[in-house]
Parts: sequence; C-alpha cells; structure tokens
Amino acid sequence: MNASSPLPPNDWLDHARTETRRAFLRSSGVGLGGIALSSLLGQSLGAAGAAARAPHFAPRAKRVIYLHMVGAPSQLDLFDPKPALARYDGQKAPEELIRGKRFAFLRGHPSIGASRYSFARHGRSGAEISELLPRLAGVADELAIVRSLHTDEFNHAPAQLFLHTGFGRLGRPSFGSWLAYGLGTENADLPAYVVLLSGPLAGAGTSLWGPGFLPSVHQGVQFRSGGDPVLYLGNPAGHARADRRRVLDTLRELNEAQLADVGDPEIATRISQYEMAFRMQAAVPGLMDLQGESDETLELYGVKPGQASFAANCLLARRLVEQGVRLVQLYDADWDHHADLATRLPRKCQDVDQGMAALLTDLRRRGLLEDTLVIWGGEFGRTAMLQNDSGAGVATKPGRDHQKDAFTMWLAGAGVKAGLTYGRTDELGHAVAENPVHVHDLNATILHLLGLDHERLTFRYQGRDFRLTDVHGKVVRDLLA
Amino acid sequence: MSVPLRPAFLALVVLGPVLAAPARVDFVREIRPLLARHCYDCHGPEEAKGGLRLNQAAAARRGGESGLPAVVPGQPERSELLTRLRATDPEDVMPRKAAPLPAADQELLRRWIAEGADWPTDARHWAYVPPARPSVPGPGADAPSSPIDAFVNARLAQAGLPPAPLADPARWLRRVTLDLTGLPPTPAEVAAFESDRSPGARGRVVDRLLASPRFGERWARPWLDLARYADSHGFQRDDLRDLWPYRDWVIAALNADLPFDRFTVLQLAGDLLPEAERGPGMDALVATGFHRAAPTNVEAGTDQEEGRVNQVFDRVNTTATVWLGSTLECAQCHNHKYDPFSLKDYYRLFAFFNQAEQETDFTSPKAMAALRFTGPYLDLPPPEAEAVARAEFTARLAALDARIAARRPAVLAGFAAWLQQADPAAVPAAVAAVLRLEPARRNAAQRARLEAHFLGLDPELAGLQEERRAVEKQRPPATARTLVMRDDATPRPSRVLRRGNFLDPGEPVEPGTPEVLHPFRGGPAANRLDLARWLVSRENPLVARVTVNRWWAELFGRGLVATPEDFGIKGEPPSHPELLDWLAVELMDHGWSLKHLLREITLSDTYGRASRVEPALRARDDQNVLLARGPRLRLDAEMIRDNALAAAGLLSARMGGPPVRPPQPAGLWESKVGGDRVTYDVSAGEDAWRRGIYTVWKRTSPYPSFTAFDAPARTACAVQRSRSNTPLQALVLLNDPVYVEAARALGRRMAAETPGAPLAARLRHGFRLCLARSPGAAELAALERLWREQAAAGDEASAWHAVGTVLLNLDEMITKG
Repeated sequence: MNASSPLPPNDWLDHARTETRRAFLRSSGVGLGGIALSSLLGQSLGAAGAAARAPHFAPRAKRVIYLHMVGAPSQLDLFDPKPALARYDGQKAPEELIRGKRFAFLRGHPSIGASRYSFARHGRSGAEISELLPRLAGVADELAIVRSLHTDEFNHAPAQLFLHTGFGRLGRPSFGSWLAYGLGTENADLPAYVVLLSGPLAGAGTSLWGPGFLPSVHQGVQFRSGGDPVLYLGNPAGHARADRRRVLDTLRELNEAQLADVGDPEIATRISQYEMAFRMQAAVPGLMDLQGESDETLELYGVKPGQASFAANCLLARRLVEQGVRLVQLYDADWDHHADLATRLPRKCQDVDQGMAALLTDLRRRGLLEDTLVIWGGEFGRTAMLQNDSGAGVATKPGRDHQKDAFTMWLAGAGVKAGLTYGRTDELGHAVAENPVHVHDLNATILHLLGLDHERLTFRYQGRDFRLTDVHGKVVRDLLA
Repeated sequence: MSVPLRPAFLALVVLGPVLAAPARVDFVREIRPLLARHCYDCHGPEEAKGGLRLNQAAAARRGGESGLPAVVPGQPERSELLTRLRATDPEDVMPRKAAPLPAADQELLRRWIAEGADWPTDARHWAYVPPARPSVPGPGADAPSSPIDAFVNARLAQAGLPPAPLADPARWLRRVTLDLTGLPPTPAEVAAFESDRSPGARGRVVDRLLASPRFGERWARPWLDLARYADSHGFQRDDLRDLWPYRDWVIAALNADLPFDRFTVLQLAGDLLPEAERGPGMDALVATGFHRAAPTNVEAGTDQEEGRVNQVFDRVNTTATVWLGSTLECAQCHNHKYDPFSLKDYYRLFAFFNQAEQETDFTSPKAMAALRFTGPYLDLPPPEAEAVARAEFTARLAALDARIAARRPAVLAGFAAWLQQADPAAVPAAVAAVLRLEPARRNAAQRARLEAHFLGLDPELAGLQEERRAVEKQRPPATARTLVMRDDATPRPSRVLRRGNFLDPGEPVEPGTPEVLHPFRGGPAANRLDLARWLVSRENPLVARVTVNRWWAELFGRGLVATPEDFGIKGEPPSHPELLDWLAVELMDHGWSLKHLLREITLSDTYGRASRVEPALRARDDQNVLLARGPRLRLDAEMIRDNALAAAGLLSARMGGPPVRPPQPAGLWESKVGGDRVTYDVSAGEDAWRRGIYTVWKRTSPYPSFTAFDAPARTACAVQRSRSNTPLQALVLLNDPVYVEAARALGRRMAAETPGAPLAARLRHGFRLCLARSPGAAELAALERLWREQAAAGDEASAWHAVGTVLLNLDEMITKG
C-alpha cells in the first residue's frame, strides 16, 4: 500500500531457488558420476555463470539500465496530459469509468482530479512532458515515450512481479536473471546483474531480482551506493591478497574433494561463489568510488562523492555498464502517492529528474547510448479519480489510486526510435485507445533489442519450457529504430 | 495493499514416475488436487469458462457448452477432458494459459477415468479427516524396529530404491548434535561415542542432547520465525520494544518439554486462563507475547484503526498458518477459491482477536496524526540479585514517609495562625499571590500551595523532604517488562469487512471457527481461550499433522507435506501419508511431547543414513522425497555463526536476557529514517559472543550476516527458510569481523590444545573441532601445505589463522551432512 509496508516473505522464492538449481544441473545433462570434476566445474558453472553467451541474432543493445520507480508514478501528471480532466475537475467520475473496474482503495463514487501541472512540447520531436521534469524535457529527443502500457495486476507486489517476471506471483525468474542466463556477463569479475536502491524498497522486495527457478548464479546482487559498496567486501586488516589466494586455493581443493566424495551439486555452486567473491573484491571498490569522476560530471548528475542518492546510482550505473555489467537495475522508493500528491510528486520528481537526464546525456556523449538501453517506469498507472485518506468523503490532500489499464513508460538508447511518443489513451487517460502495449509485449521488445527471441529464451523446469513472456508477447516493431 | 502471494508453480512439482503407486487411483488424494491446481482457476467453484465446472461430478460428466462430456466414467477416449489435455492445436489445448499437464498427471487422470471415475459424494479433503494410527507395514523377519523405518522402507521397496547405508558414527553424531542443540559435538564427545559399542549408545546420546539447555535455544529459532518475533515495531518508525522475556519463555518452555497443547494455550490465551491453571509466576502472561509480536505501524498519518485491523489480520493469518497449515488469508477478501473457507469463517476467527487492546495512541488528541506506541506492557519481578537492593530502597522510602506523616499534624496545628499574620512580602512571589487573595476565593490547589509552603518552614520537615529527594535519586532501574495480550473491558463487535476493507463493514459475526473443521462449542461470549482449546483438541485433524510436519522438515529439509504452510487442496499431497498420520497420532498419544517425537525420529535408520548423493539415486529422486539417503542441508544463519564461535571456543553459554548487539558494520542503524535514533553500541565482553538467538532483531535492519544466510525480516510469520548460495555468503564468512576473530581463535585453539604435538596432529584436532570427523590424508596434506606456505610468507600466527579461515569456510562446515 505504501512505502512502509512490510516486505512479503520471499522464502518460497528462495526455496524454489535451491530446489531448482538441482534441477538445472540435472537438466543440463551433467552427471557427476561419469564426468571428470574439472570438466563438471568448467562446464556447468561456466555455462551457468560468468561467460558471455551469443544472443539469438545481432543485438541492438548490449546492456540495460532499468530505472524502476517503486510505487507507480502518476502518468497523468508526468507524460500523458489530459486536458479533459480540467473540464471534469472536482466532479463525480463518469459512470463508465468506474463500472466493473477494481481499484485498490477507491470506493463509492470518487471525483475526477485534473493535473495541477502544465505540459509543454519539447525538442524537435515535440514530446509532451510535464513541468515537473524540466531536465528530462531537455533530452526529450532521446526518448520513446510509450503511453499505452497496460498490465494485469493492480497491487504493488503482484504488479512489480508481473512487470519483472511476467507472472503476478512469486517464483518466476526476474527479467535481469533471464538476461544473465541468456547473455552472461562481459566481465567475469562482476555479477551480470547489479541492483542499486535509493530509499527503502516496498512491495515484492528482493524477489524482484531473484532467479526463480533459474540457477541462483543469475540472481541480482545488491551494491550499496554509500558506505561499503558490498557488505564485507574488504579483506580483514593485515591480509595480503596473496594470503587470501592461498586460503581460497586450499578451500577450493578441500571443497572439490568433498564434492567428489558426496556428489551434492550445491558444493559446486559454493565453489563458484567463492571465486566470484574473490573477483568482486578486486573489481568493485574502485568502481563504486565516484572520486575519480570529473567535477563537471559530478555537477551534471548533481552528485557529491560519498552521498547516496538516486542520481549517484545513475552515475554508478553508467560506470557499471562501462565495465560490462549486463543489467543495472535501479529502484527508487516512495512513488505510491495515494495522498498528498501535490507535495510528494514534485519532491520525487526533483529526486530523479536531474539524475536520469544526466544519465542519458552522459551515455550519449560517451558513445554508450548506442548499445545501452535505458528504461524508465513504474509497475502500473494511477487513476484520474482522486483519493484521500480521510475516508470522510472529502478530499483533503488528495492523491491518486492504482490502475492497471493505462500507464506510461519510456525507453531510450540502443535500437529505440528516439523522439517517438507512442500509443494513445482515452479522454481521461483510463484505457488505451490506440496501439496498446501489454507488459508481455514490452518484455518481448526489450529482449528483442538485446538480440533474444522471447519465444526461444526458455528454461526447462518441471517438464515445461518457461519464458519471461509466458505464452504471450509481441515485439512492438513501431518502437524500433 | 499487497495481495498475499502464493507460489502456485511450486504446487506443480511432479514427483515423477518413481512415485507412481500402482494401487487404484484415489480421487481425494490424487485427482482433485490435480484438478484444483490446473483447472479450477477457470473451471471451478468461482468460474465456469465455456460453461464447464470440474469441481462437481455431475457438471464434469455433463461437460460445457461444447456438449461433450468432460468425464465419461470408464471411457477415457470419450472424455473431452483428456482430449483437450492432449490437444496440440493452441485453440483446443488445455490448460489454456499454462504449462501442459505433465505426462504422469495425464496418465493418472486417464487411469482414474478408466477405473470408473470414482467421485465420492463425501469427498472431504484428506487433511480435514482426523488422523488415525495406521498399521505399521511388516512384520517380517528383518522388520525394522522403528515404525518410521517400516513406512519409509516399504515405500522405497515399492519404488525399487535401495536405502543408503548408515552414516559413520562421527557424521551421525555431528548431524544429531546440530539438529538437537544447534552446536557441533566436541572432540571428546566424538571420541566417547566412537568407542562406545554397547547397545543403546545412540539413545544415550539423544537423551543427553535433549536434556541440554542448548536444545531450547536451537528449537526456539523456528518457532520465533513463526511468531515473527523481533525487538522492534517494523514499518517506518522501527523503534525498539521489549519482548525478549517472551523469547526466553519459549526457550524455557522447549527445554521443559512443555506439551505442545499447553504451549499453544499459554501463548494464545494465557491471560484468559483461570488462576489455578496459569502455572508458576508470570509465565502464562509472558507467553501471550506471541501475538504481540505482530508489527505495529506508528508512522505519523497512519490510520489508527487501520493499523489495529491490520494487526488483527496478522494474528488471524498467523494462527491459521501455524496451527491449521491453512492459507486462510485468502478468505480475508472473498471466499477461498480452493479450500472450503468462507469469508464469514475468516471474520468469525477475526472476532476472537478483535478484542485486543489497541497498541497505539495519539500523541495529542488535538492533532490526530502523530502516534505513540502504548502496547500493553507487563512489569516483571526483578531477578533475585536486584530484589535485595529494591527491597532496601522501598524500606528506606517508607521509613521516611512515615516520619514525614508523623511530623505533619504537629506542624499543621500552627497553620491557621500563620495564615493570619503571614507577610506577602516575606514569601516567594507565587505564594504571595495566593496570600493576597480573599481566603474564600482560594481554590483547592491554591490552598495546597500555601500549606506546602508552610510545612516547608519547619526545619525538621524540610530536612526530611530533602532526605527523601536524595533517596529517590537512588531508585533502582525499572524492572524488565514485556508486551502481553490483554483484551479491552468492553467487547468490540465484529463484522465482515468487505474485501478486507476496514472502512467497509458488512454483516455482524460472532466468534467461531471454520465450518469444515471439527465443531466449536462456543457462543457469542467465546474468547481466545476457547479458540486455543479448540485448536489443540484431539478432534482437530490438522494441528498434529501440521506440527509434526514442520518438525520433520526441520530435520530433513523437506516436510512429508512439501508445502508446510498449506495443507489445503492446492498444497502438496503427503509423500508418506501413513507416516505423517502415524507421527501425528504418536505426538498426541505421548502427551504432545516434542522431545519424544524428536527421539523417535533421530533414532530411526531413516534419519541416520549416509547423505552421499549417489548419481543413480539423484537421477531417480534428486530431491530425496523417498528418503533413500540421509539429509544434507546448509545450516541456518544463526547456526552457522554459533558453530564457528563454538569451534573457535568463543561462544558464550550465557542464557537469556535483553537482546545483545554483536559487531556489525557501522552506520546500518544510524542511516535509518524515521523513529527514534538509536546508535548501535556493540555489546561488551562475552555478550558479543552469545548465541544468535539472542541477537537484537531490528526489522528494518536485521543483523546483516543473518540476512545473507536467508534469515527472514520477521515482518510476518515465516514457515520455512530458504537455502540460497551466493557470493555474499562467501564474503561474510571470509570478512565479517566476527568470523575473522573466530578463525583467529580457532587457530590459537588448535595450537594451544595440542602442546608439543606435531603439526599434523594439531591440524587434525582443528578439523575434528569443526567437522567431528578426522581428515583424510589428502585433506590433511592440503592443510599442512597451506600452513607451511603461509608460515613462510608471514608468520606462524598468520598460518594458524589461514587454516582456521579455511576450516570455517568449508562447505561441510556450514552444512549438516
């Protein structure tokens, strides 16, 4: 419901994770009995983990930065202007807007609320963007704004899961895990899939970057933007790296002996995790230190080294993709504005506007936007009707409720038709009127840009070939450059 | 609002042909769960797409709009159900939006139809039929002595799987010591057990472990996960609160083997028990902390009533999960889609918990925004050591008060006279102001002020008051307190909340229990105590099964029912239904004794088998559903830490008391926004090395090394923990200062406890401290090589440290094998 909701337990997911890693080793046809140990480690972990793999066809994008606004921003106040709302402002919502629809919180017969924010056309493309995002408006020509997204779920955790895993419940692999599984990483010293948070995460929690039934090496790894980049990354004081290497070599030797003796595939996974940890120790600290960035770059993002923020995460994301991380997923908290939209939405926009605009600018000037895909959005849309928390029928400090039938996301960078505003919603922004893009279509399109056929990126689990897009999804060709 | 999430796909787990039983297909156990899982979403009680329902025999035989009967008894070829399951045309194939049914399930359906499509009219779900003690398979000349083995071996024989041999003594001893105490066996215990060839040696070990105070500390952990026990509120204002006496009560209750039925009644309704049944001390009240452990939202702007209702929801859902193994929360908004629980059932249970005192209050009644936590606390009697000081203090204060009281009348005798002649210029301004008023116009407070001033003019009284203030400053610190359950004096009427919305009440309900289960003899005045007694009634078909299944999963990593939180139609059917029932009845017949049941299980061959994962076995039953081999599982977060500290000789044996704060990275608590700012001060002395169960649990910032090893945030009832395997775990074991110190201490211990011994013997000692068994030649050689290389590169201390680090990081060290 809001940013302070407790995370739902995700034990089931993790349980599945362990169960299924076994399934993976089995299904990958690697038998412990017949194959030499070194070959087992080389094959299954190499295949499951670090090595980059060829896509199905030539990709437009090699990597992704995914900016997820947790809680769902109001498309009506940011990207999808609806002048008609002004006509109905304060009036009871038309019957057809409410009939048969389910809302998370709205009850009875709510009133329409116009956006308080003005929209203008920006750039050569004339994209309409709200005054709340002035800096993003400055790079409007980089964006493909999709106003016609729709999804199947209208509560946070299920909708976040649906967007990320193609399924509204726990247990399926996240988008990032599919990517790591499909493409591997270009840098064996870093996880293929890194997660950065700004603010406390509400909703489905860590399952959003969980591997589901894919091998657990494909899960997202959270990097911290302030303090130690990853908890316990540093060796204890007085430990030379050579000392550590000796320890790890002996550890590996003993673990391999145990694997040969006991035959549990978990041991093979553990061996690979120690190797990854060792490589991360070398690679991560420098990467997460923004001191080396020029003053000009820091100013562009509005970042001070050592201070955590969404903007700092944007800069870190650029650094991570530069190093070959396949997917950097940013989560920004507190976009669930059921109440007091007028205070909270501008504040949140201020939190993200400069950072995301700077990210596009920075990627562009470094040539990275050519093959980096940037995605922005929330898990669903918000209503034209106002909601308030008083329950007394009077809208004091109103906000907007959840709705699943129409919302906006934008794409930018590799292979995306820049300057496009795609899809149209109805007069009140409550349903898609033209060129609908379902979440499955979006995911199919993203995979396509990465050179992956969403119908062929499958994983056999319990007798079925699973996909990110389930049995749905069409690539939206109109969005491709 | 978050929708409860259910991992539906897990229910799709197929055990494979190895488990196919040749007996006649059982509709209740085998067919209906299949239909429920795969078909009811569209063709069930709530939906009838294409006019077809598969939840009733007549409807299934009739078929849908196509006019083709879905099920024709005895004629699989003519049954449209099978035709559609096998179809290849995407327009025809079922299920429409999900994976095709596995071949084994299709075959099961085919056989069921071929056998006549038996569809009993009273087809109660298996879990709602009370368990009866099943007859034990056998007997034969080589029948096992344990009924558990008889059930398991019979199933293995049916599947043609040979059971693994028994684990060697050191491995068995480590397994059972970890399982019963959460700690490794000492080398002395290993040596004693290895040399004890007398009959009953294993039984004596188990008895010793069950009697250890460490037992309660180990088994409290899963219970506290269920109880979502934590030391803070959760949510944005995650302030600390006092509930640790409840945690200590759980440990003590487990150590005392408090029968599970009484364990239940005390926690759910100890406050409502008649005095005579409460037992010693405050225990019955402290135990009710179970349901006070629900998170509390005191964030400003929170609707107080909404917060209260959410807590009641939590209590209902937790109760249903823990004692009924049921996903009752589905019925919070609508009738349960699969299990026979109605919306009304839910709110009848709600009514029991709806009576609890509100835990929050407005800071100011004028601004109804800021909330403060007022949760009902119980002050506990102080420990004996403090009691003396406390008694002395009270006595001194009482003596002073007596002297003051004695002196007062004599002094007051002169009050009237003083009033007559008092000079306003000679007294403090506030007193003077009163003096200037007409005597008749002085109110009570003003009169009292004059009197107090006058009394203070008496030197003796003034001295006494001064002394009293001095004594008051020495008041001993407040006694411990703990959150307890308490109902409001006035009953709160309960109503169905439409779609779970607290603002949308529907029809009134009286307290009661789900109609599908055994009868509840209550009435409108029924309370939590009646509910608790109903839950642990012998008639309850679920409670004993659900409970033994969780304990079984704790030992084997997987329950006999693989979905321990869901015994409903969508849950997994039991892998060994008769064994499950045998265990359930055994529990009830033996006074609901956890220790009895654990003794039975841990002394079985099934538990004692070697855990080697043979390739042939893995190919046929890789999840060890049929239990051909012993369990091999990564340890839980707390156990990993406790083990490292125990092997290193650092672990403190101190039990109980306020939560402790072991070292953790700086700034984790301090960066939290909202609520009291609490600095994380690392506990001094041995408190830094206590067992994990005593580590402070702050919900929004749990101890990070526990989180890395899959400890839940304890924001909601958690039935099972995961066992992930990540690089972050490697970093914890290598670099967390706690493990760094443990590795150093382990190295020192290896050297110190083997004075004058050759290097190999010292390393062997370290190996046995960690793993109980002795190292093989190659293992020993690897450790020796490391020691010598590191000693050459650094010094001997660093060599010992390196060996300690390797031992603590071994996969086997963090695994129960």
